[in-house]
Amino acid sequence: METILTVNHLTKKYGYLTAVKDLSFSIEKGNVYGILGPNGSGKSTTLGIVLNVVNRTAGDFSWFGGTISTHDALKRVGAIIERPNFYPYMTAIQNLKLVCKIKEVPQDKIEEKLEMVGLLERKNSKFSTYSLGMKQRLAIASALLNDPEILILDEPTNGLDPQGIHQIREIIKKIASEGTTILLASHLLDEVEKVCSHVIILRKGEKLYSGPVGEMLTSYGFFELKAVDGPALVTYLGNHPSFGPIKQENGLITAILKEEMTASSLNQDLFNNGIVLSHLVKRKESLEEQFLSLTNHKD
Amino acid sequence: MLRLLQIEFIKLWNNNASKVLIVSYFVLILCMALIAAIKFDIGPIQFHVAEQGIFNFPYIWHLNTWIASGLKLFFAIVIVSMMANEYSNKTLKQNLIDGLSKKEFIASKFLTVFAFSVVSTLFVFIVSLVLGLFYSDFTEVSIIFSDLEYLLAYFIKLLGFFSFCLFLGILVKRSAFALGFLIIWFAIENLGIRFLVWWLAGKEASASVMKFLPLESMSNLIKEPASRFKAVQSMVEQVGEQFNKDYAVHFYEILIVACWTAIFIYLSYALLKRRDL
Repeated sequence: METILTVNHLTKKYGYLTAVKDLSFSIEKGNVYGILGPNGSGKSTTLGIVLNVVNRTAGDFSWFGGTISTHDALKRVGAIIERPNFYPYMTAIQNLKLVCKIKEVPQDKIEEKLEMVGLLERKNSKFSTYSLGMKQRLAIASALLNDPEILILDEPTNGLDPQGIHQIREIIKKIASEGTTILLASHLLDEVEKVCSHVIILRKGEKLYSGPVGEMLTSYGFFELKAVDGPALVTYLGNHPSFGPIKQENGLITAILKEEMTASSLNQDLFNNGIVLSHLVKRKESLEEQFLSLTNHKD
Repeated sequence: MLRLLQIEFIKLWNNNASKVLIVSYFVLILCMALIAAIKFDIGPIQFHVAEQGIFNFPYIWHLNTWIASGLKLFFAIVIVSMMANEYSNKTLKQNLIDGLSKKEFIASKFLTVFAFSVVSTLFVFIVSLVLGLFYSDFTEVSIIFSDLEYLLAYFIKLLGFFSFCLFLGILVKRSAFALGFLIIWFAIENLGIRFLVWWLAGKEASASVMKFLPLESMSNLIKEPASRFKAVQSMVEQVGEQFNKDYAVHFYEILIVACWTAIFIYLSYALLKRRDL
């Protein structure tokens, strides 16, 4: 598989503060990556370094196998960092023409991309008259002008209203479905869960995990149970070797599995032991639960 | 190179404020021609400026480049704000992300400044040539095209000054503060350093140090032309005094300003390279 970006032992220090610590990962073509981490975990700094706007303290990175300079590589990349930055006195068209000149791509895709993000009818309005959602969509159009091999998005829905968030997500899903590699930094887990196939989890500048979403935790899932005779159920589960910790919340009993077990065999066992269930669900941890469990483990 | 110029042109020309300032700068140069129209007609005393010999070749090159270089401060606003706005709009960051290198960014600004200095020099050349052809007492080709080093000095002076403005724009990041800094720097050179060296090492040492300071070296390139004007000189002679001033443009003066230009551009690049955006 073709490697788009490789990061090796990257470190960034701001004075005594270490924002990124010995970070290594690589981005392969065709996947959708999420960089997860709480605020201040070094997501934006990492992206800033690979995008040529923040200087690294140690380590290195290479785009497309390291055969071309960073600024030439960036012409094949589309990136949006935090807030959309354009010339406020220029119209959408004028701003995009400028981007075409910088990226050295022809200007004939401007209308098509504006159409895609739904800004075609406002193409001759000045950037300063746009709402935040429109500005963010213009930023996406601008990042797509060169039909990038990878699209980098840093908190793309930050500060938007629900409608704006929805529009941006739809656009991202559409781009992902066309096979473009995406690197999405966010602290919003459901956002990442909805679109990403791989995740990189950062905390305080250190990498906790990187790999496919499904393999984040070696877990067998858990059961959510309710029974007529609650205490008896808890006692039974507590003595069963297949279960780890048992939690009770509002009458709902959560039992975490230590080994593989199907819902039907548990149901059969319980019934044979005289416990009748009123509720039985087998689930895998959501990304949020996995994320919290990962970030808390290492405290 | 053309691409870098085009990039900067899009940024400047779509900004109404810059457009107005650029156009008015060139209109003001054109307005030098209006000096010719100054006429006093007070009874017996008739005084027509254009007929006093101020537009004589080659003196006109000196006079007009000196007047036109006074307008450079006006243009400094455009230069400083085109740099500082990249910071305040955060478009500098976006430009870099889009694939402009830091070197190209500085190069595009410097090329723009270079182009403006060339255009401005050409403009002054044409305006002076036309004025001279109208009013000069001497129109032999050899006289017309003598003393053209004033135009070279004018060009170097603009380039140096605008490079200084670019550097201040990058250093201070806010246009108003950068312009304020320019004025403060002028005061530092002329009041601070001049009198400090004077006090420490005497008047002559002070004069020789001043020659090497950025703003002073730029203003030294073209000395004031008024006292060179024949009418003024004859007036002074009647009083019994004499001017002994060196009006020529010296090679070492051009070299000093060229060095400052290189230093400012390099410092701008070094500063940009070191900064995290």
